[in-house]
Amino acid sequence: MIIIRYFASLKSIAGKEEERLDLGSETTVRKLSEVLSQSTPRIGEMIQGKKIMVSVNQDVADLDTVIRDGDEVGFLPPFSGGSK
Amino acid sequence: MGTVMESKVRIQREDFSVTDEIEAIKKSSRNIGGIVVFLGTGRELSKGENITRLNFEHYPKMAEKKLEELRVKAIEDFKIIDMSIIHRIGEIDIGENIVLIVAAGEHRAEAFKACEWAIAELKRTTPIWKRETTSTGEVWVQDTP
Repeated sequence: MIIIRYFASLKSIAGKEEERLDLGSETTVRKLSEVLSQSTPRIGEMIQGKKIMVSVNQDVADLDTVIRDGDEVGFLPPFSGGSK
Repeated sequence: MGTVMESKVRIQREDFSVTDEIEAIKKSSRNIGGIVVFLGTGRELSKGENITRLNFEHYPKMAEKKLEELRVKAIEDFKIIDMSIIHRIGEIDIGENIVLIVAAGEHRAEAFKACEWAIAELKRTTPIWKRETTSTGEVWVQDTP
């Protein structure tokens, strides 16, 4: 089971803050995006088009990053912290 | 001395005292000769619209980790003595403190450079998001890819 966390604007696009998916013992960010495309096409497109950042266990990931059972995946829209 | 905590990198809901944080960093070394402070505050006007409230969200653990990496890199690359970074989350009113970066060096030049680099890098690499509330609704700000 992997834990997926959505942040900021992605929460309303996904319609949830968090979800759990069973994708076997090992998968990749690319494969996960394909699975998510079926339920939420916009999220899948954003991942594949690199419009959002992906993290695995709080480290920045790319499409080929391996996700293992128990990992936490974060979908992160462009940051806007700090102050101008 | 107020509520200055031991950690040099913090993400917190409550406000901070700029004076207390400066005094805290001065204790790092007797060789500090220049301290540069960046304080970000809630601004009322954004892209022509009046903001009534700001709300900051972060990715716990990852945001703290990024801030600590940033602090270590700033100290190493700019040869400063110490740096502290505090970012508030949750609801923040106009005029309130949002983010504080304190860069302390032997001399002012490296402290100025480190402080400017750190706030730009924070915005680029730290998973913190801002939501602005205006009279027309709420919007997540995504102006820093």
